[in-house]
Amino acid sequence: MIRYLLPLTLFLGLTVLFIYGLQNDPRYIPSPLINEPAPEFDLPTLHQPKSSIKLNDLKGSVSLINVWASWCAACRIEHPILNDAVEKYSLNLYGLNYKDNRSDALVWLNALGNPYVESAFDEKGVIGINYGVYGVPETFVLDKKGIIRYKHVGPIDKKKFNDTIMPLVKKLEKEE
Amino acid sequence: MKIKYTIILALFVIFSPNISYSNDEPVRFNDDHQEKRYYKLIEEVRCLVCQNQSLADSNAPLAQDLREQIFQMIKSKKTNNEILDFLVHRYGDFVLYRPPLKKDTWLLWFGPFLILTIAIISTFFFIKKQASNK
Amino acid sequence: MIAELGHFSLILALAMAIVQSTFPMIGASNGNQTFMSLARPTARLQFFFVAISFAILVYSFLTNDFSVSYVANNSNTLLPWYYRFSAVWGAHEGSLLLWVLILNIWTIAVTFFSQRLPEYFLSRVISTMGMISIGFLLFMLFTSNPFDRIFPIPENGADLNPLLQDLGLIIHPPILYMGYVGFSVAFSFAVATLLGGNLDTTWARWSRPWTLFAWIFLTLGIALGSWWAYYELGWGGWWFWDPVENASFMPWLIGTALIHSLAATDKREIFKNWTILLSICAFALSLLGTFLVRSGVLTSVHAFATDPTRGVFILALLAVFIGGSLILYAYRAPLMKTEGTFKLLSRETFLLLNSILFLVAMLTVLLGTIYPLIIEALNLGKISVGAPYFNAVFIPIMSPLVIFLGFGVLTRWKQDYFSQQLKRLRYLLASAIFIGIAIGLMFFENNQLKTCMGIVAALWIVLTTFYSLYLRIKNKKNKLMSLMIIPYSYYGMLLAHVGFSICIVGITITSNHSVDIHERMAVGDTIEFSNYQFNLKNLRQVSGPNYEATEAVVDVKKDGSFITTLRSQKRIYTVRDMPMTEAGIDAGFTRDIYMSLGEPLDNESWSVRLYHKPFVRWIWLGAIFMAFGGLLATADRRYRLERQKRKTILINNETIS
Repeated sequence: MIRYLLPLTLFLGLTVLFIYGLQNDPRYIPSPLINEPAPEFDLPTLHQPKSSIKLNDLKGSVSLINVWASWCAACRIEHPILNDAVEKYSLNLYGLNYKDNRSDALVWLNALGNPYVESAFDEKGVIGINYGVYGVPETFVLDKKGIIRYKHVGPIDKKKFNDTIMPLVKKLEKEE
Repeated sequence: MKIKYTIILALFVIFSPNISYSNDEPVRFNDDHQEKRYYKLIEEVRCLVCQNQSLADSNAPLAQDLREQIFQMIKSKKTNNEILDFLVHRYGDFVLYRPPLKKDTWLLWFGPFLILTIAIISTFFFIKKQASNK
Repeated sequence: MIAELGHFSLILALAMAIVQSTFPMIGASNGNQTFMSLARPTARLQFFFVAISFAILVYSFLTNDFSVSYVANNSNTLLPWYYRFSAVWGAHEGSLLLWVLILNIWTIAVTFFSQRLPEYFLSRVISTMGMISIGFLLFMLFTSNPFDRIFPIPENGADLNPLLQDLGLIIHPPILYMGYVGFSVAFSFAVATLLGGNLDTTWARWSRPWTLFAWIFLTLGIALGSWWAYYELGWGGWWFWDPVENASFMPWLIGTALIHSLAATDKREIFKNWTILLSICAFALSLLGTFLVRSGVLTSVHAFATDPTRGVFILALLAVFIGGSLILYAYRAPLMKTEGTFKLLSRETFLLLNSILFLVAMLTVLLGTIYPLIIEALNLGKISVGAPYFNAVFIPIMSPLVIFLGFGVLTRWKQDYFSQQLKRLRYLLASAIFIGIAIGLMFFENNQLKTCMGIVAALWIVLTTFYSLYLRIKNKKNKLMSLMIIPYSYYGMLLAHVGFSICIVGITITSNHSVDIHERMAVGDTIEFSNYQFNLKNLRQVSGPNYEATEAVVDVKKDGSFITTLRSQKRIYTVRDMPMTEAGIDAGFTRDIYMSLGEPLDNESWSVRLYHKPFVRWIWLGAIFMAFGGLLATADRRYRLERQKRKTILINNETIS
């Protein structure tokens, strides 16, 4: 009798698997860099080509890195939320200007507002690759030691910010 | 609601390939062996921006960048494993089309052969048993 | 207004389907003649309404009715009429309507070609198919209505994806669906058999031609998809182990097991349960394919715009139909155990092995396809299982099958003797090995081991198959006569197995000996490889109905003498501003020469891809042989005899009355 029930059991197993699968986003790719030290970088800043910005500059306080570009349509959508957030919570928000043209990027910031403490200019996208960037915009949350604690791919909406990012930032601020 | 729709549209704009003209400069190797390695490697890596295309097949800017990266690494005498590790360290196992052999994937790699063996053996016993029935 | 009529027609079809699913089924249980007689008319009416609905959707496309949202998303005034027609099934909602239409085409075919089926059996079959129709009609009406309106009405449509603006889209989906959906007939026959509790095996004889036809369509559909991808995508690939491709391959694997198992059940009255299970499995995999393409559970190039709500609905359909039929199977199948026995060395053994091995092959593909989901479900991260895995695993898994095929064809039913077998086969095996290795080493320089193995395998199948033909006529006086009285189904088997060999040769050689060159070329440049010389003669601008293109004209010479001119275009489709490459291909029996224009580089050069693909056409040629083999098997005298008998009965009845 058992072996006649075998196909049914297999099928039920498959169904359960698919129910689980339906609740997932197949496009979500977990980052292997979570809880790893953020990759080092030493890049020219966007505004002052002669100055540079390094990962060390971010250590010591909780910071966010937002990967953006002037050619990125979704960055445009997320930007007002970043502007508001920085104003309201005085966050350490740094920008990583990814594969962009310097003048285009500056014009873009002028028009839409500049919430960043500083933006690093990653012209070739090499640092982006080190951070595992695949879909702009992306946002990383780093703790005081410079360890990546969270990564968000795609534009951040208000809900995501309030429910996930802000609470995490607050929690990290309490850490040593 | 409108924002959500625009975001989805925007994501589609970003994540769909063929948006920008890519630089399709053919790669130049001096060494035939290196060239073979390059072409094999880019077939084994997934383009993360596209819907299931390899780096070899994709036109997306990120695919170009990663192909360039692999090209440079081969020229600087890195081994295949080092190159793949480089990518996995940044993008995770998802980026490999050939799943690595580890405990999690034993079932995947050995399963089919296990099933095959069990199937053939059980069939054999089944036939023997019913052959001796009258 | 017209679109609303289309929508309304679907609702009428649903109403018919409900009657079709209930009354005949009830009638079959209590012998109610009136109820059972409702089967044919309701099925035909349902078809009528679905056909009207489909016609209306076609009409909306042809007349550019952009007030219909589906038309607006998939068409454009610049789109040529034949692509506007095929755009009907270019996306989710329309292709679902095509699915239902084809289901209804199979249903009415069953109503027409079923005179020898007992009424109660036919009623159950038609009712089951009606239930499937209900499921899909509800799915459309609730989540995927192709007739939804859009307001404000856009000026023009968003155009059909340029990749789909091709002959391939016109033929591949309909033929593939005829295959997929065709297995619903075998499924319904199996369900009807389980419900009726028949202990005999006549249902297998009835099921065979229907299943064969579905299998033929699926074989052709998959081959068409492969061929289309090959010339359309521009890089000479013909199979990618993409989840949706796997979703069409799995029913084919089980379908092949099924047609063989049906033959055994028909001829020897064995494997009854097994054949029923395979019938259910084949259709289950078809439904699974539908689920995978439309639910967004797996990343795929083929996926329609995915929506988890739709996924839930299809999963529910799967649960109802497959869960239901498997429960019925668990309940009824134990009563239908096989009576006959066979010895270890017999054709029955090899047929059983055939079923088992195809099942293992299917499970292998299934495992690879859903493994990423399993890993995610267990919170172990996210991995990819792609072509390198499948290529590494699938071929070894299929090898025993290839070996046993040769044996099976030459083994007698019920009982054969080892010594006789050995005598026959050792020469064949030796020949296959020697000739195969000789060919592999003589004509090919690289990858010799894999090449030889493939050719030996193909030769093994061909030699054993033709040897079986030889055995049939060897002791007969009149050879020609004896050839002519061999039933068509035997020649069908011969042709199909030879087709399988041809496929193996094509796959082996193309996979191991294709050459792929990526170079920059300016006008006047020449590139040389594999004894071919490619010279770029001209780069010019051309215009199409809805695109602008740059065309490269390349002359091809072999060892100095002119062969052909290849043209490849890089097109920009104006509506979506989307680039696409049209490859230039010189097709040949023993090789394809293939050119794909890439991107413009600096100073007047373009990047160009050139390919030499030996024996690639053999892959699809093999599939065509297999399809023809199947077709021959359906033309078998036994079925014609049945028709002859029926005609005689009808004539007799008429003369009597």
